[in-house]
Amino acid sequence: MAGLSGLLGLTETQAAELQPVRFVEPNGLTLLVLEQHALPILQLHALVKVGSAQDPPEKAGLANLVASLLDEGTTTRSATQIAGQIDFVGGNLAIKTEEDFTSASVRVLAKDTDLGFDLLADVLLRPAFAEAEVERIRTLILGEILSQKDEPGMVAGKAFNQLVFDGHPYRWPVNGTEDTVPGITPEEIRQFHAREYLPNQTILAIVGDITIKEARSLVAKHFGAWERGSALPRSVSRATPIEKPVTKFIEKDLTQATIMLGHLGISRTNPDYYAVSVMNYILGAGGFSSRLMESIRDKQGLAYGVMSSFEANLMPGAFAVSLQTRNETANQALAAVLSELKGIRETPVSDQELADAKAYLIGSFPLRLDTTQKLAQVLSLVEFFGLGLDYFTHYPRWIEQVTKDQVFRVAQQYLHPDRYALVLVGNLEKANVDQKTP
Amino acid sequence: MRRPRRDGSSHSLWWVLPSLLFIAASVANPTGSPVQAGEIRESAQEFVLANGMKVLLAEVPKAPVATIQIWYRVGSRHEVMGRAGLSHMLEHMMFKGTTTHPKGTFSRTIRKNGGNDNAFTSQDFTAYFEILAADRVELALELEADRMRHVIFDEQEFQLEREVVKEERRLRTEDDPQSYLVESLFAQAFMVHPYHWPVIGWFQDLNAMTLEDLKRHYDRYYVPNNATLVIVGDIKASALLPVIKRLFEPIPKGPTPPQPTVVEPDQLGERRIIVKREAQVPFLMVGYRVPNYRNNDSYALTILESILSQGKSSRLYQRLVYDQKLALAVGASYSLLQADPELFYSYVVVKPGQKIEAVEQALYRELERLQTDLVTAQELQRAKNQVEADYVFGLDSNFRQAMLLGQSETVGAGWRHVGQFLKRMRDVTAEDVRRVARQYFLEDKRTVGILVPIQRTD
Repeated sequence: MAGLSGLLGLTETQAAELQPVRFVEPNGLTLLVLEQHALPILQLHALVKVGSAQDPPEKAGLANLVASLLDEGTTTRSATQIAGQIDFVGGNLAIKTEEDFTSASVRVLAKDTDLGFDLLADVLLRPAFAEAEVERIRTLILGEILSQKDEPGMVAGKAFNQLVFDGHPYRWPVNGTEDTVPGITPEEIRQFHAREYLPNQTILAIVGDITIKEARSLVAKHFGAWERGSALPRSVSRATPIEKPVTKFIEKDLTQATIMLGHLGISRTNPDYYAVSVMNYILGAGGFSSRLMESIRDKQGLAYGVMSSFEANLMPGAFAVSLQTRNETANQALAAVLSELKGIRETPVSDQELADAKAYLIGSFPLRLDTTQKLAQVLSLVEFFGLGLDYFTHYPRWIEQVTKDQVFRVAQQYLHPDRYALVLVGNLEKANVDQKTP
Repeated sequence: MRRPRRDGSSHSLWWVLPSLLFIAASVANPTGSPVQAGEIRESAQEFVLANGMKVLLAEVPKAPVATIQIWYRVGSRHEVMGRAGLSHMLEHMMFKGTTTHPKGTFSRTIRKNGGNDNAFTSQDFTAYFEILAADRVELALELEADRMRHVIFDEQEFQLEREVVKEERRLRTEDDPQSYLVESLFAQAFMVHPYHWPVIGWFQDLNAMTLEDLKRHYDRYYVPNNATLVIVGDIKASALLPVIKRLFEPIPKGPTPPQPTVVEPDQLGERRIIVKREAQVPFLMVGYRVPNYRNNDSYALTILESILSQGKSSRLYQRLVYDQKLALAVGASYSLLQADPELFYSYVVVKPGQKIEAVEQALYRELERLQTDLVTAQELQRAKNQVEADYVFGLDSNFRQAMLLGQSETVGAGWRHVGQFLKRMRDVTAEDVRRVARQYFLEDKRTVGILVPIQRTD
């Protein structure tokens, strides 16, 4: 590799040169604007601070149902008219609910800028929630919930959250359950929207071929009449950690066992986030360079993929290792996972591993920001988590400052190979994993 | 809802192949000044090295990054009966190291330089890529040049990797009822042509494969005169070309690799395949054999696909999901960028409680409506606007641009086809759409696949 050595070291990127501007409008709407004039494209990304975590447990799926109805008719347009208008200009309107927030995004050519603002404002401010549309979308969501039973990863993920987030708002699937979705009333939907969809609870990121002046004036025109409301206080809580290994095995006639193993992790605002990122990269997020991949795929040929992840949400999310292996090798793969979890807690990572992980995380940062779509999304998250608009300059520094000792400490602090939730979906007889002490 | 597709297979789970539908365009914008929709500039620069390797470079300075892709004209289409999956298996072996860069160093080197790398295999091609900061392009080129001819074929590594590929097959196909049906349908629709078998191969063929098979495939197809190098990003072609020549030109030209000449015989009557397995909802898929880019009808078929399935205002969504409430999800798929004529297919995820037979008839009614009535001016314009907007949105991604250049070139259309495509698309008339619907959506020419869910008996 001698010939390549001159190329190593950190890349100075233009990421640091991204200079979005931030405004708070009179009604409390937070506005982030980033001019990008290379292409005649406009990306709008609205993040409303309400997600499935705000669903009452007996109404799981409420936030998602509300969001799914936003573009299914407003007081000024029918569902068909909304679809017709965005499709006619070749644009895209997408709405998605997650645990902590709901995002509504619009992508149009710059010539259709006004329409883009108009449609986004219409669906956020004036959804009609007509009874027929409520029932239609409810049926589609129930169908989706049913279809997800054919996806082993989905089945495992839902069971895993039940174990890790017992008694916590993250416990339920974002789209709800077969028991809860039928019971959500149109009145509850309307009330939820009126209560939660407030300008002072919304971040609007605007990226693309638009000037700051134009953006502000269009925001005033389309969102100016949106009335501020009193935002309900959010309770931030941490799920109760698991005390000993708990398991959930689900019988399904499949050739592979889908395995998830993990426990409670960290929130996005945890100061250890950056050290955890480096540690997790080495453990199981580093693609073909990760320890889990090397052991389970490269050395043993047990799986096509294996990875570990920390879902760093507003509240502590899950740490999970997930993989699929044929039923007969489930025990062997599980042993390898536990061995790697123990290994990184017992011995500090090597200097080379640390350097490689940091080089990747810093060097690949601009790749996460290379389209208007990615930029708008990242900007809204930076604001949501309160990371500051100088995040783009700071991120590489924060990663660079992570030490070997910190990686060692966070491995010991945030990985628990003695108390975890284990979910297995597959042919249980062939997998033959001990349900008590695997 | 997932969109069932006949994907290529790839090296890593986390790499999802972008849609191969013709939705992005290849023409980069050299000046950085705004491109207007509909304005097409030819800014990729083409070079042919002394050994026959083609090089396509597009300078896109909007972000300090670049995508490098090297495309080989070899996929499941170049395989023979009994060795289905050989090209994809070979793709996996390409990560097993060379004499100068031992196993594991390829991805590790790219990653510690802040880049991502992976590969994907399809029916018509195998492609390898790196996405990096623009000042690291040379590093990727050095590694790619090295593995074009110097991969180590080790028996033990092959045995292990075969197990990995079998896990991939279990994951993507065996345990996924809809993918399983898609695979079965293609095997019915193509009886002679290699599109008959899946890119990932059958278990039996994977088990029968030998290291010798892989070496032979590698020696035959991994030669510079069977490859196209595509780089899109913040590069300067004039500065990069000497580097490319230095790294790739020493690789000797090989004999021209054989190309399959199989022509699928005419279909004489409907074919129907039923799959019964544990599943939650029925799934219906109907495929018609249609021409590829070589035939001018491909433009009208592309517009037709958009009218039928793109967006919630499309016909299938409006009729089957919105009005008649027969389906949870609907779609259609057609790509003119296939080396040989393939399928135009529509699919329906049937809503629980609805009869599959009724849903099938409803789908045919929509196809018949395209044969009897002209599409409206509004629908036609919408489809054209969608194609053009997607073209401009595609310019935002180096990867999508490189994909389209590489795919157009490798399937034989040539990368300049993109410009022609956009012009020809605008000329499609409502009469053209009706004519192709009448010509290709024939009962005797269709292959129908139905997934019938059965309940576990325990």
